[in-house]
Amino acid sequence: MQRTVLYRRHVESGARFGPFAGYEMPIQYEGVLAEHRAVRERAGMFDVSHMGEIRVRGPRALPLLQRLTPNDVGALHPFRAQYSALLTERGTFIDDLLVYCLGPEDYLLVVNAASRARDLELLEAAAAALGQGVRVDDQSDETALIAVQGPRAAEIVADVVGGEAAELRYYSFLHQDGEERMVSRTGYTGEDGFEIYTAADRAEDLWAEFLERGSDAGLMPAGLGARDTLRLEAGMMLCGQDIDEETTPIEAGLSWIVKWKKGDFTGRDALVRQRENGCRHRLVGFEVEGRGIARHGHRLTVRDAPGCAGPVTSGAFAPTLGKAIGIARLDCAGGGPPEPGSAATVTVRGREIDCRIVRLPFYRRPKRGV
Amino acid sequence: MIPDDRLYTAQHEWLKVEDGEAVLGITDFAQQELGDVVFVELPAPGQEFAAGSEIGAIESVKAVAEIYTPVAGSVETVNEGLEDAPELVNEDPYGGGWLVRLRLDDEGPRDDLMTAADYEAQLAG
Repeated sequence: MQRTVLYRRHVESGARFGPFAGYEMPIQYEGVLAEHRAVRERAGMFDVSHMGEIRVRGPRALPLLQRLTPNDVGALHPFRAQYSALLTERGTFIDDLLVYCLGPEDYLLVVNAASRARDLELLEAAAAALGQGVRVDDQSDETALIAVQGPRAAEIVADVVGGEAAELRYYSFLHQDGEERMVSRTGYTGEDGFEIYTAADRAEDLWAEFLERGSDAGLMPAGLGARDTLRLEAGMMLCGQDIDEETTPIEAGLSWIVKWKKGDFTGRDALVRQRENGCRHRLVGFEVEGRGIARHGHRLTVRDAPGCAGPVTSGAFAPTLGKAIGIARLDCAGGGPPEPGSAATVTVRGREIDCRIVRLPFYRRPKRGV
Repeated sequence: MIPDDRLYTAQHEWLKVEDGEAVLGITDFAQQELGDVVFVELPAPGQEFAAGSEIGAIESVKAVAEIYTPVAGSVETVNEGLEDAPELVNEDPYGGGWLVRLRLDDEGPRDDLMTAADYEAQLAG
């Protein structure tokens, strides 16, 4: 089992650890509910250094990425980021990722830890097939990643790394200390927030500085437990769980990352067929109305369309909403996906519990005055 | 730390036997492992269970743990306070966070239950 460079800091903060994608990661410190609330109301800080960073550089970097990802990398300007994916020929997810444009011929892909090796292999094979003109480097081990998220994240980040960071627009980033540190206004919680990529040997000091200087604003360390309930409330998919090699972006409600007019890319033919013929599977959100919590693997059935059913891919108690929510992968052979508001049931330990199909996201952050 | 007025199971439950009845709960260690409890599913009064059978479940934000009864009996009462305050299982596992009260069948508790000292030794081991 691997550890991130921040492992000692987590031990000092009293973390409880658990395995995630081959890493021994902090699952919680004070408790999932307290950490979740901190991020929604103040600020929380996550170690997500297990994520992979793969650099793709060279005159042919852009055509390579255009070919391998469905979103339009050509529309990306330096210091802007984009949500995208690596797909199979069937148009299904190998991984979801962020593409950062560092320069016209210089990109950084931030990928999930579980698929990092496969992503790298795919990128290297594509680069080799091109011959000259693009270089792929795995920078994951020398890069640490700290996410600071929540309504007070901007003031904390401004205090620790400088006010220029707080001026960033959503999905923009900047470099500091040459390229030693990259501050990005992105996240996986549904709140305003930042992700700070730093040289691994400077991560411990940065983490400690955030803890110390953020405490007045209510910052607390938060683990993967809260990260999961936060992202689920925000309707964000977890790769390997909600979206996988059996799911396309269309089925997942992520058609917006598919840019049809940019030219050919891996999986495009399959996605075009799905766009024209409709898709059989759909990921839908649901709320539990009865007493109980739907979990991964439980079965959801739409009441007025009993043929429309499938497994819950994510299910949890949503602390901000005070009720259980989930995402299910429905097989709606023949019919379309159920309308929001449709009644459904989920079977938990042999008991049928009432649910209702709802539109994603479950939670949207309130607009706050500047 | 670990109350010595009751018995314990290897699955981190406690059982307090008195006058042919037994109150069942989970230990402090168990509640810490589970994390924030948000829902407790309990059996209906009058239901009968064999020793070792599943009688309900405790759901935390992240995980679910089944509740097993180490003794045979019928449900006298359940802790209805947990419906509105499931966090009692975290805050007071040996007191206000109790789960069910069972009327014991004749045979009484199985002899594989542990004393507080034995349970503490298991935790330490």
